Order: sequence, then structure tokens, then C-alpha cells
Amino acid sequence: MKIQGRSIYHGNVRGEALVTSQAISFFGGIDPETGIVVERGHNLEGQSIAGKVLIFPTGKGSTVGSYTLYRLRHNGYAPLAILNAECETITAVGCIIAEIPCVDKLPIDEIHTGDRISVDGEWIVIEKSTTSQVNGEPR
Amino acid sequence: MFLTPEEMDLLSGSQGRATQKAMQILVALGEIYGAKRMIPVTSAQIAGVSYDNLGEAGLQFLAELAEGGGRVRVPTTLNPAGMDIENWRALGIPPDFAEGQERVLNAYSRMGVTLTCTCTPYLTGNLPKYGEHLAWSESSAVCYANSVIGARTNREGGPSALAASLTGRTPEYGIHLPENRIPNLTFQVEARLVDSSDFGALGKVIGEQIAATKSIPFIQGVESATLEELKSFCASLATYGGSALFHMQGITPDASTCIPPGEQLTINQSDLEKAYTSLTDAAGDEVDFISLGCPHLSLGEIERISHLLEGKHVKREFWVTTARATKLLADRLGYTQIIEAAGAKFAADTCCVVAPIKGRFTAMATDSAKACYYAAAKNKFKTIFLPVEKVVQQALI
Repeated sequence: MKIQGRSIYHGNVRGEALVTSQAISFFGGIDPETGIVVERGHNLEGQSIAGKVLIFPTGKGSTVGSYTLYRLRHNGYAPLAILNAECETITAVGCIIAEIPCVDKLPIDEIHTGDRISVDGEWIVIEKSTTSQVNGEPR
Repeated sequence: MFLTPEEMDLLSGSQGRATQKAMQILVALGEIYGAKRMIPVTSAQIAGVSYDNLGEAGLQFLAELAEGGGRVRVPTTLNPAGMDIENWRALGIPPDFAEGQERVLNAYSRMGVTLTCTCTPYLTGNLPKYGEHLAWSESSAVCYANSVIGARTNREGGPSALAASLTGRTPEYGIHLPENRIPNLTFQVEARLVDSSDFGALGKVIGEQIAATKSIPFIQGVESATLEELKSFCASLATYGGSALFHMQGITPDASTCIPPGEQLTINQSDLEKAYTSLTDAAGDEVDFISLGCPHLSLGEIERISHLLEGKHVKREFWVTTARATKLLADRLGYTQIIEAAGAKFAADTCCVVAPIKGRFTAMATDSAKACYYAAAKNKFKTIFLPVEKVVQQALI
């Protein structure tokens, strides 16, 4: 399946989807030294976002979160790309300064954890995985 | 969005990597929020200064911008740092933290940022005038600039305010536009407002009412308010409500042109009392840290503290936080000497919100509703929220 979104930061990458239906706060919600989601009760809690195509509806929390994305990149634990339904300031600025490809205006419910995703500018290609999951849980 | 030839030029990188990155940030924000064009700004106020929040990577980002030729194009001032730049040892700041903090300040300095290190730029040389467009971060100052002064700025984050500074522009959206500055919820205040902490409590009560809807409040029933009271109110409203703008009848410049919104809520004395109670979870004898100056103290507030402490001796760690420029005047007027003779410590350039003090204290007493929020969330302190005179009493027993 090929979908067109809106490119927030341009890039060309291919990787595995990690999907959550919950918003993400990068500051305080993700450990910049490990890439692991640490927000208590988040449905990705304990999972690593490093090297994944990270897919979530929108960002939340402190504007310092932009710097957290930059720290993740610097430490080698950044996501490969970020896909959103609606990108907001914190994620957008974070992706630009950390040079992480980012696309929004996407129907993210169509994508499941484990799917193979190709990002090329504003275009997304989804290859379904037979073992895909939602929110890190088997479907 | 429409970009002028000069803006296209900045975006293409012909003026260096740093201004290119800055334009990329601003164009992306403009696209997200549907801005039609860029507008010039007259000043910037940058958050993201404490080494505690930035870490080594954030520092590297700033250093890269400085090395990539990033230079401010408009007067640009800086938020508080994680320490008193001159007196950090006496405040118990570790030397490796101080070293990191100095590198952050150095990167900002190389870009031409004025190292004011205060959350109250309007008290120390960065005072906008009515109607000017700004790119400010520091939520309390954003609220003050928009509401009390009538200037126009969105709630910027550190990187977007810096991007505006390096290009002299910001995308025109949000409350830069007059149609987005119209109030939509009336608050009738029927509580007595005596101390500036009462205004902090009021900011919490109203802020919590508008946090979800992001309404712009129109506030009636406040007879008078000093600069310091408005400073306290703004900090609290921004912390608890995420608010960037309010109108206060008879007090803020745009209030007289507003039509009071029909939907109305009443704030009474018991609402204020509940706010005080909700920010007090420590017993008096647990208090091991007193902090005054969130937002940074004005000279008048320092004078008052000096009167309250004259000839007394504090029995707990007691910080008085303010801008360096204000402290220099307090030195000259003798207030500093009186306060330090009582055993309290000046912490200029910094505050209890951004200094690396997690784990150092159990319970903090303060007259700032904003400081209570961050003490609990960031530093896991218990808090006591009181008017300034009673906070000082807590230090003496």
C-alpha cells in the first residue's frame, strides 16, 4: 500500500514499524540514554524506539522534548523515522534538528507494529507483516 | 507558505548551515500551523539553557549552530541557567555540572545572545512595546508580554525561539493574528487579592479551568494589580493552563476593546483557599529549603525581603533568586548585605526550577505556585505555598 502524507523533514529510509495509539512525550517519556519508553502506563513502556519507524498520533508535553530527540540521535538510539497523524511543534522541531525523517497527515490506524515501512519524502509504502501487532501486542 | 527571495536564500543555505537549519524549523512550523508568510520579530527570549535539561547532546547542537555561523539578528536574551554563574560553589553545584553549564553559555554567547539568564527579560533590558511581534520562549514571560504589555508572541520552545533570533523572523500564525487574541471565557473574581501569592493562586484556579480548552480568559473584578502581582499571575496561569494570553478589565491594554464573553465562571475565596491547600503537602517542620524568586524577584521584592530578614537569622537553606542586573542594584542599595547577614543566599542567574537540586531537599516553602509545580514534578519535593511574609517566618523557626 502506498500513501501520500505531508513531509515535515525529508528523508529516504526503510525499516520496521513500532506503533502506538497513544501520544508520546519525549521529555520525561523516553530515556535519551537508552531509547526506551519510560512513561509509566504508556502502552510502549519498556520497549525501545531505536532504529524503528516510530508511529504515534501526536506529541505532547514539554518543549524540551525537541532536545530529547536530538539527544537520542546523538546517542545512537533515535527512531529511523517518525510518522504521525498530526505532527505538533515539539516533534517537528526535534526531527528537524536531529535530522530524523518525519511525515504526518497519515492514516496511522492502517499501520501495525512489525509492518515494513519505506519512507521516501512525503510517500510511505507499507508492506504488511504476517505477525503484525498493535501497541506492541499481537493483534 | 509564501517566502520572500531573501527567505528562500536563507533556506537554500547560502548564508551558512545554522541559518539554513533555523529557516527549516520556521518553515516547518509555518506549514504545520498554516502560516501564509513570515513576519519580522523585534526580539527573542531563549529557553533551554540549564545543562540539566540540555545534556551533552543539546550542548553539541548549540555548539554546532555557533560553529555553523549562527548569529542573532535581533536583540536576544536568555532564560535562567542551572547555576549562579559567579557563586555556584557556595550553592553546592558540582564542578562537572558547572563546566557543562559554562560551555552552554559560551555557545549562546558566540551566537551573540545576551547572557541575561533571567525569566523576567522585561525587568532587565528586553522590554517590548505594545503591538510588537516577538519570538519568546519562557512561558511566564510569554504570558506577560502578550497580556500585560500587549506585544505578540506565540509560546515558543527553545529551538524555535533561537531559530527566529538567527533569522529575525517567525511564521505568522497563532496569537500573532488579532483574530486569535479574542477572549472566549469570562472569569468574575470575587476573592480578595492581597499578596502576590494570591495572584499565583488565582492563576492556578483559572489555569486549570482553561487547560483542556485553551480558552483565552477575560477577567473581571480585579481592582488593581502591581507588576509583581501580574508577574506571579502570569507564571501560574502559564504553568497550570498552558496559557499565553489573558485580558484583565481595567488592567491590561487590550481589555477595554474586548467584548466580555457570555460564558462566565465565578472565582470566590474558597477557590483560592483550595489552591493554597492543594499546593501544601509538607508539614512546617519538614521544610529544609526556602526559595523566593519564581519568577525572578524585582528590586522592590528584594527590598521587602531585606526588611523581613533584617536582624534575623534563617535556620534553613534559603535562596533568593533574581537576575544578575537586579542583584547588582540590590548590592548597591545594601539589600544584599542585609539578606546575606541573615544567612540567606543570593542565587542570581538561576532558580529552583532549573538548578540541579533533585535529591538535595525534602520539602520546599515558597510564595510561587509555579515553583510548587516544578518542585513536585521535577524534583520530587514536598511543598508549602504561603504569602512571602509567612514563608520568611518558616525560615526563622
